[in-house]
Amino acid sequence: MTALGRALELADVTKEHPGAPPVVALRSVSLTVGEGELVAVVGPSGSGKSTLLAIAGTLERPTSGTVRVAGAAVEDLPDRGLSGIRGGRIGFVFQQFFLIPSLCALDNVACALLYRGIPAAERRRAAAEALERVGLAGRARHRPGELSGGECQRVAIARALAGKPAIILADEPTGSLDTATGRDILALLAALNADGATIVVVTHNPEIAEATPRTIRLRDGEIISDGRSA
Amino acid sequence: MRRRRASDTAVVEPSSALEPSNAPEPDSAPEPRSVPAPRSRLLARDIGPLAALGLRSRPLRAVLSAAGVALGIATMVAVLGISSSSRAQLVAQIDALGTNLLTVTPGQSFSGQTVTLPAAAPAMVRRIGPVLAASAIGDVNANVYRSDRIPGANTEAITVYSADTSLLSTLQGHLARGRFLSAATVRYPAVVLGADAASALGVDRADGSVLVWLGHRWFSVVGILDRLPLAPELDRTALIGLPAARHLLHASGSPVQIYVRTNPASVAAVQSVLAATADPAAPQDVAIANPADALTARADASAAFQGLLLGLGAVALFVGGIGIANVMVIAVLERRAEIGLRRALGATRVHIGTQFVAEAALLAVAGGTAGAVLGGFTTTVYAAARHWNAVVPAPVLLAAVAIALALGAVAGLYPALRAARLPPAEALRII
Repeated sequence: MTALGRALELADVTKEHPGAPPVVALRSVSLTVGEGELVAVVGPSGSGKSTLLAIAGTLERPTSGTVRVAGAAVEDLPDRGLSGIRGGRIGFVFQQFFLIPSLCALDNVACALLYRGIPAAERRRAAAEALERVGLAGRARHRPGELSGGECQRVAIARALAGKPAIILADEPTGSLDTATGRDILALLAALNADGATIVVVTHNPEIAEATPRTIRLRDGEIISDGRSA
Repeated sequence: MRRRRASDTAVVEPSSALEPSNAPEPDSAPEPRSVPAPRSRLLARDIGPLAALGLRSRPLRAVLSAAGVALGIATMVAVLGISSSSRAQLVAQIDALGTNLLTVTPGQSFSGQTVTLPAAAPAMVRRIGPVLAASAIGDVNANVYRSDRIPGANTEAITVYSADTSLLSTLQGHLARGRFLSAATVRYPAVVLGADAASALGVDRADGSVLVWLGHRWFSVVGILDRLPLAPELDRTALIGLPAARHLLHASGSPVQIYVRTNPASVAAVQSVLAATADPAAPQDVAIANPADALTARADASAAFQGLLLGLGAVALFVGGIGIANVMVIAVLERRAEIGLRRALGATRVHIGTQFVAEAALLAVAGGTAGAVLGGFTTTVYAAARHWNAVVPAPVLLAAVAIALALGAVAGLYPALRAARLPPAEALRII
């Protein structure tokens, strides 16, 4: 269950990368993403989008501030605990897809459940279901090399979906795709959101920002606007 | 349904009855309570396929790096297999020849002089109950040459003895050519040559047409012996009849060695009375030996060589292990994205480390198994070429695979640590 209806909460999150002088990637950022939201995080490069995604996805720890994913506080968790949150509560979609080339689409999707101690047959069943949701049921036995870019990203989205996470974090999901295919992927994300999935898309693509109900704009590590379209 | 709130629209502010006061505004304070985080878990039965996956994607590299381990294991298995086969062969040979042959030799007296056995010793020994046969060879102070033109010093180290006609059957020896001394030939200048003596003299016919110069007389070669595994000292001798030795060469023919074949059940009993029977006057000067014991000792002595060759195999194995470590380090560098992805999918550091150790171990075990097969095959071929039965001890094969497993795990340890320590965000290169 998703506690308290909040998929993601960041409070006063600051991230400094050590150096002389230290680079401040995020400055006292607070934001909350509720269950079922579709949010775009936009900003120019260097604005801290990717850092925000990494911290929200518990891939990085903030220098200060608190992070909660589906109600679970991240700060005091050991690395093992962070892995548990990633595996159990977060689905990732990356610009480069990150599919394993020697595995077919179905097995790539099934990887999402590998670290949850779920038996292989059950993983496959959930993967087949997720592939069907992204419209790739017919390509389950194809390897990434035999799929188009758009299809690969659909497989990656199916992988993010398969574990029924509290939140899906997508990092430039259309960045490697042509415009038309990018729109298809966006439409898919919107459709999944309409079905109840909580999705945060990090992008520099203004088209995506216009299409999402809520847009958070970042600049120099700070939120400059957090607005909902009408 | 997959989603708990399928009917929600995206713009709805989520809230809950449990949490009425806090709206999800950007500046809202986090709740003091936290729900427990889920745990990552990797099933043990998923580790094998995970390890195989990495190897499957680069088959040629896997084969080449496993080859080093295979070579080392094959060497060790072949060394152990061949020496086991050789030993088994020797033991089988000893069993076939019988362990019930004893030799009686005059030793040396306290003053160091050579002692001969009493002339009656063979007859006395034959009277011991469980003795089946006893045959003596006697001292003949003469040398044998291919012809009378050979200088006297060129003895070819061949010793001339007189022999009982029963000697060959007592030793259960065989003739390569011709026949052994018999009642018909013992009085005449007839000689039977040992295998080495015949080749040293260049004699390969034993039809009586070949003459050798023995004790300043021509003797005709009537027989050539096969090698005698239980009495190798006879391979370089020329044997003549006792009457011929006495009458033609004026030798004493006093026994220098008696071969005694006993009832197999009474070897020890015979052994204990043999010295006193052969020389009642000075039993302490008589040496009793069992040639089968000497052969067994020889089989054990080959272990020294074995150690050296095993060491060589161990070096090859070590190099193979380094090769695997090397390949795994490269794999970790190449598969950063995969490592990052797996971390994003919930893999813990331990899971990532386990995957790479398992991959290295699988690589080494594959190499080790191939090596064990190769070593077994080498042993079989080598043994077949020597007409032995191939013996590859099962514990050696099991140990080979176990050693490979341990080697792979150790070789994979450092690469696995590197993979496990890779920060996930850095592996994914998203910042």
